[in-house]
Amino acid sequence: MLKILKYSFYDLIRSRWSYVYFLFYLALGFVLLFLNNDVSKAVITLMNVIIVLIPLIGTIFGVMYYYNSREFTELLLAQPIRRSSIFMGQYFGVAGSLSLSLILGLGIPFLLYGLLKSNAIFDFSLLLVTGAFLTFIFVGLSFVIAISNENKIKGFGYAVLLWLFLAVVYDGLFLMSLILFEEYPLDTFSLVATALNPIDLSRILILLKLDISALLGYTGAIFKKFFGTDLGFLVSIAILLVWTVLPILGLRHKAKKKDF
Amino acid sequence: MTIEITNLHKKFGKNQVLKGVDLTIDKGSIYAILGPNGSGKTTLIKSILGMVIPNKGAISVLDTPIKKNWRYRKKIDYLPQIANFPPNIKVNELIHMIKDLRNSPSAEYQLITLFGLEPFLNKKLSTLSGGTKQKVNIVLTFMFDSPLIILDEPTTGLDPKALISLKELIQKEKTNGKTILITSHIMQFVEEVADEIVYLLEGEIYFKGSIEQLLNRTEQTDFEHAIAAITTTGSHA
Repeated sequence: MLKILKYSFYDLIRSRWSYVYFLFYLALGFVLLFLNNDVSKAVITLMNVIIVLIPLIGTIFGVMYYYNSREFTELLLAQPIRRSSIFMGQYFGVAGSLSLSLILGLGIPFLLYGLLKSNAIFDFSLLLVTGAFLTFIFVGLSFVIAISNENKIKGFGYAVLLWLFLAVVYDGLFLMSLILFEEYPLDTFSLVATALNPIDLSRILILLKLDISALLGYTGAIFKKFFGTDLGFLVSIAILLVWTVLPILGLRHKAKKKDF
Repeated sequence: MTIEITNLHKKFGKNQVLKGVDLTIDKGSIYAILGPNGSGKTTLIKSILGMVIPNKGAISVLDTPIKKNWRYRKKIDYLPQIANFPPNIKVNELIHMIKDLRNSPSAEYQLITLFGLEPFLNKKLSTLSGGTKQKVNIVLTFMFDSPLIILDEPTTGLDPKALISLKELIQKEKTNGKTILITSHIMQFVEEVADEIVYLLEGEIYFKGSIEQLLNRTEQTDFEHAIAAITTTGSHA
């Protein structure tokens, strides 16, 4: 698996898109720091951008990479390599190189600005960690979609729909259900509904660590009571881990059965 | 026995491609797998390689069952039908990569000179012509020393000189005691190289035997006509 990982990783590192992605974060980091002049505020703004952008880029990159490397995959399948190693190697190659672009692209400007001396270092690391989680989750989901659909257009369509659903539609449905059932106690429902969507979960996780939950009012207090504690934090990380592992298992399962 | 296939079934959706194939391939001969388009030749080959997973039946290669196994592929050199390579890497990078992945001793230099590929080593695969890609494909297949060689349409796009080199290469590997499976639609090529013919029709083995047996059975004097007549004479193997 490591050899496949190495080749996929190098292949991506050499590609133009990794640089574009890296430079985008680099620019974003510098601009935000100069405009805000405050690391904490920059982290909040960054969160709003990357919480939506990372899943989108992960999804599109994952689907594109899978379809573009189909020929190479077929070449590898006839070699003495375990099937799951081929797909795991490619998956970790894509997710790893995207996470690297994110961490380096945002890390460099913040380090230069003096992050180590500020007390926002924990918030910032949390941002990078959730960003990496989201990358792995959405690249995994897009690989599962791509391997299940021979038709490129369909695969692309489903992947973008999945992103749209989790990033936009889910929140809409969530809010609508809160309005519809406002007479009922909704604390547990909203907690569970938030935890089930990795994008929402990441957003809440970062927001609550930033100590701005007072802005969220009563709901914020309930969320703070759960997610703000160490237990809540660990549970959230565990849920993110489950979200990461599930697509990987799905990918292995699909890869085992597929005909090429 | 190099390959043993029993009762192999494969279905793609509603399309039943292989309907109970039984086949044994013995060591040291050249087998030609023939049949009309869509008769299941490539599916049969891909099943042997583990790229297609059969619905029913068993395959063993060099006395090892291939189900849930991948190490046996180290014993097989496979030439895919259409040379679909990753477009953005150079020829020598590809050769290096496959060598690294297989981790076996290889003899690529002689093959590169044999097919005159030196000027192309530093070119990207997407810029090569179909015939040149096929030559790269052949180099990648023959550079390892495996007991079983599977060639899916090896003659596609080759010029006469390369075709002669390919035939010599196949004969040389045969004298080294290797087993070779070939599919081809070029009957003249098959007649020249093959010892045994396996004729697939609609997912079943219709005929298996030597070229002489085929000529006797179909009462033809010419191999190409014998193949064309094989289904009309109706003598089931």
